[in-house]
Amino acid sequence: MTTELIGHFGKFGGRFVPEALITALDELAKAHREAQQDPSFQLELMELHRTYTGRPSIITEAKRFSEHAGGARIFLKREDLNHTGSHKINNVLGQALLTKRMGKRRIIAETGAGQHGVASATAAALLGLECVVYMGEEDTKRQALNVARMKLLGAEVIPVTTGSRTLKDAINEAMRDWVTNVESTHYLLGTVAGPDPFPTMVRDFHRIIGDESRMQMMELTGRLPDAVLACVGGGSNAIGIFYAFLEDKEVRLIGLEAGGDGLDSGRHAATLVGGSPGVLHGTRTYVLQDENGQTRESHSISAGLDYPGVGPEHAYLYETGRAEYRAVTDKEAMTAFALLSKTEGIIPAIETAHALAGAIEIGKEMGPRANLLINLSGRGDKDVQTAAKYFGIPLE
Amino acid sequence: MSLISERFALAQEENRALLIGYLTAGFPTMQRCKSAIAAMIDGGVDLIEVGFPYSDPVMDGPVIQRASELAIENGVGAREVFEVVASSSVPTLVMSYWNPIERYGVTDFTRDLKAAGGCGVITPDLTVEESQEWISASQSLGLDRVYVVAPSTTDSRLANVTARCSGFVYAASLMGVTGARSALSGAAESLVKRVRAVTNTPVCVGLGVSNGQQASEIAKYADGVIVGSAFIKLLAETQDEIEANKSLKSLAEELSRAVRR
Ligand SMILES: Cc1ncc(COP(=O)(O)O)c(C=O)c1O
Repeated sequence: MTTELIGHFGKFGGRFVPEALITALDELAKAHREAQQDPSFQLELMELHRTYTGRPSIITEAKRFSEHAGGARIFLKREDLNHTGSHKINNVLGQALLTKRMGKRRIIAETGAGQHGVASATAAALLGLECVVYMGEEDTKRQALNVARMKLLGAEVIPVTTGSRTLKDAINEAMRDWVTNVESTHYLLGTVAGPDPFPTMVRDFHRIIGDESRMQMMELTGRLPDAVLACVGGGSNAIGIFYAFLEDKEVRLIGLEAGGDGLDSGRHAATLVGGSPGVLHGTRTYVLQDENGQTRESHSISAGLDYPGVGPEHAYLYETGRAEYRAVTDKEAMTAFALLSKTEGIIPAIETAHALAGAIEIGKEMGPRANLLINLSGRGDKDVQTAAKYFGIPLE
Repeated sequence: MSLISERFALAQEENRALLIGYLTAGFPTMQRCKSAIAAMIDGGVDLIEVGFPYSDPVMDGPVIQRASELAIENGVGAREVFEVVASSSVPTLVMSYWNPIERYGVTDFTRDLKAAGGCGVITPDLTVEESQEWISASQSLGLDRVYVVAPSTTDSRLANVTARCSGFVYAASLMGVTGARSALSGAAESLVKRVRAVTNTPVCVGLGVSNGQQASEIAKYADGVIVGSAFIKLLAETQDEIEANKSLKSLAEELSRAVRR
């Protein structure tokens, strides 16, 4: 009888799920392992990335933005140019192919901002899968355009009316669906959280971001970057770009969490710098919680970062000190959002704007000799309404 | 032998299954929760499960979700859970998702539950792989450890999980979340058979059981019948305390008759 620890990152990770899901998680872990070793799977995924996603994504040097970031050279990894507008498609195509490989024909997904829902609906359309997306009722209002997008792509969107009616509750509802329909259904989780094998598998599908960037930076600058920055919600775009640099101890890895109204206000989504170790959504990680272990509501102007948990590998990198994490307030993020738009002609997602705000701060600290690589995880089309409201631009 | 094991042995002599009733701690209020439990016991419930309300109950359907939300709004935490446990006059377990226990501290939780007269804990989202600390803490105080197994659980995994169970094994009657169902799935009986093949620990069936007819069917092959959402639904529907407790008691009576073979 074995009870060895599975899917651990130090003391974090593992599986905290109803027994009903164990068989499906085992099956998924096995399918993923085999697919990783199977050249034909890898070839099919790479071909989709080349002809559909638009990979490799380019790197753009942000020269005018740099003037506001202490003169440090700023390199943007352009995941915003991927089909569907963010890094999310990397993971979605990988898991959708795995779904077919496992002989399942229905996928369910949770979504906050709607980016992962749109990417999932897209992959389902492409591969002929049935798709149901759970979305907090609150978020369906904040991101109405993405709801319409998912419907146009043929997905069913189910507004979730329990709890805080946001991303965390959408995940709960997706888990309940999965427990009930696990035989026919794959739960296409959108970030590096959840029970094993999700944190590892989703990272494996996103590591292409870092693998490409590492080579591109060597070509462009002849050396590794001094720091790699990314925003952290669940942490998928961050781990995707960090992973290739984990062994390069001289490269600083910096994750930017959503500081909302500020850490002191209590209204934020900075799980690592403002939370504590706990169990949420099937994994042991850092969590925003009260003294009774109830999950606290998170707050952020960015729906995609508005999550009271974080991937367990980030909890591990945080505690070991290999990666650093900071909180960026709504205000700082929106300032960076406006700045990138006006200096580079690139409107970033508000999630991504948190990484850009981090770049301004770190650039000033490290100075003009530093090369900073930023994961530009998504584009801001979905956020135009929010930004217009924030900056007082009339929409009529 | 634990108090719970004794009850199963006794029930076997009486040729009946045990009736196990679930309520969420502090729902709809602390006082009414305690008086409802007394009414259920009065009606013939043999063992009580007190639910620790949690913000993210992925194994629960709408009825228990709403009850949990309300209890949390009422400020129910570990202290209140222990208070409800202490009020029960029959052997009582806590059912809790793992995070509230971990947050309280595993050793502290077992100590304070024991002090409140609790007999064990049902842990719906704790896997045996993550159970090391829990097993040693519960063992040292003689608290029963109940894991939930499902129709999808493989035979080898059943052996692995039930080897770590004590008191009883909780067999989920179907693939899904808690909540009353009008018809039982056929999955429960075959799961109980598979559990019996790997352990001598009593097996109880829960999820979806709401009436005497279902209870009597299950009692033919299982050692216990677990009913939760049906009690909570009655409690949620009836504003008047005396009326509510009357209907809880009469449901308990119906179920209690049904579990006699
Ligand atoms: C553009 C973009 N960046 C980042 C995130 C946050 O997710 P993660 O931390 O998993 O990368 C999202 C989530 O919706 C997103 O849409």
